[in-house]
Amino acid sequence: MQPFNYQKARQAENAVALVAPDAEASYLAGGTSLIDLMKLNVQTPRELVDINPLPLSKIEMQSNNLRIGAMARNSDVAYDAIIQKRYPVLSEALLSGASPQLRNMATVGGNLLQRTRCYYFRDTSMPCNKRVPGSGCAAIEGYNRIHAILGGSDRCIATHPSDMAVAMVALDAVVQTRGPNGERSIPLVDFHLVPGETPERETVLQHGELIVAVDLPASPNAARSHYLKVRDRASYAFAMVSVAAALDIQNGIIRSARIALGGVGTKPWRAYDAEKALLNKPANQAAFQAAANTAVAGAKPQKYNGFKVELAKRTIVKALTTVGGMA
Amino acid sequence: MKFRLRRRRLGQLMLVSTVATTLSSFAEKTVAQTPIKRTTPMLKSSISETMKVTLQVNGTKHSLQIEPRVTLLDALREYIGLTGSKKGCDHAQCGACTVLVDGQRINSCLTFAIMHTDAAITTIEGLAQGDNLHPMQAAFVARDAFQCGYCTPGQICSAVSLVNEGHAKSDDDIRELMSGNICRCGAYPNIVAAVRDVLEGKKDAAV
Repeated sequence: MQPFNYQKARQAENAVALVAPDAEASYLAGGTSLIDLMKLNVQTPRELVDINPLPLSKIEMQSNNLRIGAMARNSDVAYDAIIQKRYPVLSEALLSGASPQLRNMATVGGNLLQRTRCYYFRDTSMPCNKRVPGSGCAAIEGYNRIHAILGGSDRCIATHPSDMAVAMVALDAVVQTRGPNGERSIPLVDFHLVPGETPERETVLQHGELIVAVDLPASPNAARSHYLKVRDRASYAFAMVSVAAALDIQNGIIRSARIALGGVGTKPWRAYDAEKALLNKPANQAAFQAAANTAVAGAKPQKYNGFKVELAKRTIVKALTTVGGMA
Repeated sequence: MKFRLRRRRLGQLMLVSTVATTLSSFAEKTVAQTPIKRTTPMLKSSISETMKVTLQVNGTKHSLQIEPRVTLLDALREYIGLTGSKKGCDHAQCGACTVLVDGQRINSCLTFAIMHTDAAITTIEGLAQGDNLHPMQAAFVARDAFQCGYCTPGQICSAVSLVNEGHAKSDDDIRELMSGNICRCGAYPNIVAAVRDVLEGKKDAAV
């Protein structure tokens, strides 16, 4: 690991002032992704500003939304009574991610900023357009079983690995930030970028901009929601396909629907067309199947991940069936 | 007489050579276990080499002079000499390095020691009270919940935390909540049994 300078920040403005002017400075939150990549020399910050002491770990009801502090640990959010009751999809997503030890370390803000990655990104002996722009992509011609079928480009097909973000995208979460140019609110669905020509840019954040909280709006859907994750082993593995689903059903008719996908997209993937396909339809298998077909209509599978198209469809149908109370 | 001398001489030679071998082996081991002052080439002189870091481990304060990049695991093992916590994958995938920080289990390999100067750290060495094993340690012994034993300190620290967290209601829950700890020997059934034993007598399981 490359050596670095280390400082602790006690206040958000202090942290921003330390990181913003230095292009090689980085925030250090839970460290579960950053330190892992530093050990591999994939990330080599020269200056780390430890933001663990920041008073940003509260989970609290506000007038019209639930505010989750950026430094709240994944485990605290997952087991929070309000979240378990009103946003079960988020609790389930968090508990399906990583291990209990990592969930005790990882933070909400850090989770959103974990790198979009694949094993070629982690291996510095391989070309990767995210690590070294223009060096090429080893995955597109390589072993791409785990890679994206939605949102990829000829530069990058790595998936965003977060489960939490998939649930939050379905819940219309809004990211609150504080940066050198003040504060802003960013809908989470717009927060992550598809790779396009610039896969090294993964979010809309400016250098030095700090996530301070994530807001979840009150939602008629959220209480009736579910996260279904399909993976290679029963626990502690990234998603092959995951589905965050929420439905508002009145008299058997779907009045609103939220569907987001993980493991298949280059960013947490909101399936708007599938949601529209469900609107005002009876909550039954035919409607769910039609929505599932719509969700993967634009899929571009690679040599080894074609199975994800069918797997995504079946996972969507199963998740909707569970939420619809028909399982 | 001549023969006896020779034998004595031979014995002396053997003794000397054994002592020499032992000493050199001891010297090598000592060197191998002594924290090496690394003269890592620095990119720029502004990168700080070492800082004073005080850690509170198992109720004892330790003052270390270490680089910020020293992980909590390496600080415990290489600088404080508590080698119970094990280095397996060194990327938080195996759980052998699990310790408790302010009562919560974390992977000590994926966090810097300098981040934990205000915390109470408990390692496997801190669980027993004198000669009395922690209930989870006793349960692991009673259930023979280990084979090679390398993963055991991490399994036990993780299991202690699992019980205190209070979310496990079934064997399936135990398996799920122990999924951050890998045992290559496959002692899982006995580990689940040991954790279940302690869960059923929960009051004994507190750190």
